[in-house]
Amino acid sequence: MSKDALERLQKKFPQEVLGTHAQHGDETALVDRKGLLAVCTWLKESPDMDFRMLTDLTVVDYLGMPPAQRVCSPGAGKASNATGGQAPRFEVVYHLLSLSRGWRLRLKVPVDLEDPVVPTVSTLWKSADWMEREGWDLYGIRFEGHPDLRRVLLYEEFVGHPLRKDYPVRQRQPLIPMKNPNA
Amino acid sequence: MPQHHEEEKHWEKDEGDDFIAPQHEPDLAGDLHTKHMHISLGPSHPATHGTVQIKVELDGETIVKSDTTVGYLHRGFEKSCEQVTWTQCFPYTDRLNYVSPLMNNVGYALAVEKLLGIHTKLPERAQYLRVIASEVSRITDHLTSSAAQAMELGGLTAFFYCVEARERLWDRIEELCGARMTTSWCRVGGAAQDAPEGWTERVLETLDWGMAKVDDLEKLVRRNRIFVDRMVGVGVMSAEDAVNCGWTGPSLRGSGVPYDVRKAMPYLGYDRFKFDIPVGVKGDCYDRFICRLEEMRESRKIVQQAVAQLPKGPVLVDDPNIALPGKNNVYYSIEGLISHFKIIMEGIHVPAGEGYSYTEAANGELGFYLVSDGGGRGWKVRCRPPCFILTSTLDQLIKGQMLPDIVPIFDSINMIGGECDR
Repeated sequence: MSKDALERLQKKFPQEVLGTHAQHGDETALVDRKGLLAVCTWLKESPDMDFRMLTDLTVVDYLGMPPAQRVCSPGAGKASNATGGQAPRFEVVYHLLSLSRGWRLRLKVPVDLEDPVVPTVSTLWKSADWMEREGWDLYGIRFEGHPDLRRVLLYEEFVGHPLRKDYPVRQRQPLIPMKNPNA
Repeated sequence: MPQHHEEEKHWEKDEGDDFIAPQHEPDLAGDLHTKHMHISLGPSHPATHGTVQIKVELDGETIVKSDTTVGYLHRGFEKSCEQVTWTQCFPYTDRLNYVSPLMNNVGYALAVEKLLGIHTKLPERAQYLRVIASEVSRITDHLTSSAAQAMELGGLTAFFYCVEARERLWDRIEELCGARMTTSWCRVGGAAQDAPEGWTERVLETLDWGMAKVDDLEKLVRRNRIFVDRMVGVGVMSAEDAVNCGWTGPSLRGSGVPYDVRKAMPYLGYDRFKFDIPVGVKGDCYDRFICRLEEMRESRKIVQQAVAQLPKGPVLVDDPNIALPGKNNVYYSIEGLISHFKIIMEGIHVPAGEGYSYTEAANGELGFYLVSDGGGRGWKVRCRPPCFILTSTLDQLIKGQMLPDIVPIFDSINMIGGECDR
């Protein structure tokens, strides 16, 4: 079971791992962004772990969610960029898969709006390349060290990051003027 | 003397180039002043059956560099899903991979059910019907992909054979839910309606007929000189690289990695069925094509077993907080009316938390990562699109290949615009 993976990770990186949970059987570790690269490198390279595939990478914006409802972020308030013990607004979410062991692990890195920077993991997993670009495009998280951090789904002229909770749903930014903008 | 510009490049022999110029002839190419040429394929191009732009830099006909631009079909799937109730997301999921929409329905439903903690307690009949619907969808998806692959290399006959088979299978899906592609058939906790009378028998008949078309396709192209020359050794991906690039589905298996979610982490009782996982050897376009062919046959086996074991019973969980009450209840009892009203207006209340659920869709691992704040609407509905990740490696695959090789390579990873761009 992936429980072993989580326990070993906690033992190996007691400082970097801020908190863990296993809701619905998904083993999850909250990792401080300062230790992210070390944790990821160990998870990938260590033969016991062998997390050679990064299946998914995404970002969640928790703006406006009451702390009591945010049950999936234990220990996020301890992150190095958390102010006043409050859990930072964003979380970058990584889903890892170890084919040889059949393990899955979720890593979450809390980051705040003031300094939305996370080190890139595209040096470890090529699949992170476009998914990190998507994270920049839709959430405005900068992945430091990414070789080519451009927008991927939207066009370069687009202003803002539409999946942030404070981006209005009805806002339009057409490249070509609309015939009837009020429709 | 002609003026030399910096960007001009003299023709040089590459290392490993097996072309040896005869010694007694003058080196005619030596004096040619060649330049790299920039060509833009798409966003609307007959050989790209999704809307995608590939900007390539060519040295002669060899691709030196390329840049793939996606997003032309981006319509804000995640933002839209955050605005509506959990149930109202189903029509949006139809439009992800629109060639096999039922599998998106199933994947999303399982994800919400995971957060509710009922994904293993679904009614047996609903599970079996979901399996049958998924496998029929997998066949239609692979039929479309293989047909397009053959067509774009000149085999139009094969395309017509496969598309006819696909349309007949979509007729069965239409009988199940009233639409060929915009199915919206699943519900949280089961399915919207049971299969009509005699449906399973008709599915088996159509499959028998459709599989004969797959055999025809195989006879037409498998040993066809032109087809084989264009496919073998083109777009090679090593197993190690495929894993590192996050490949899943038939493309990963084409590279020789026997990973299939249905076997590795069975859901919907897939462990009850006997089927094999076809894997490739070289990881080229041909292997991916053959993997898809064989997978259709395996899917047929699954459908046959599921139909034979199909139990009777309800297709929706019996839980007034999750399933809509029957119309009789809604019209003639106040409890039924209130329950109906609350589910429609507020949505199903999903406990606060997060979950990642994954299924084996036609293109690979279709994952849904959901975050709930305990309300009737999703806080975050992330779709992990298999072909977005496949398309992200296109530049790597076509580098060093010839310009016409883009077509079979692009086809073999089966990029579907609706799913890639969301």
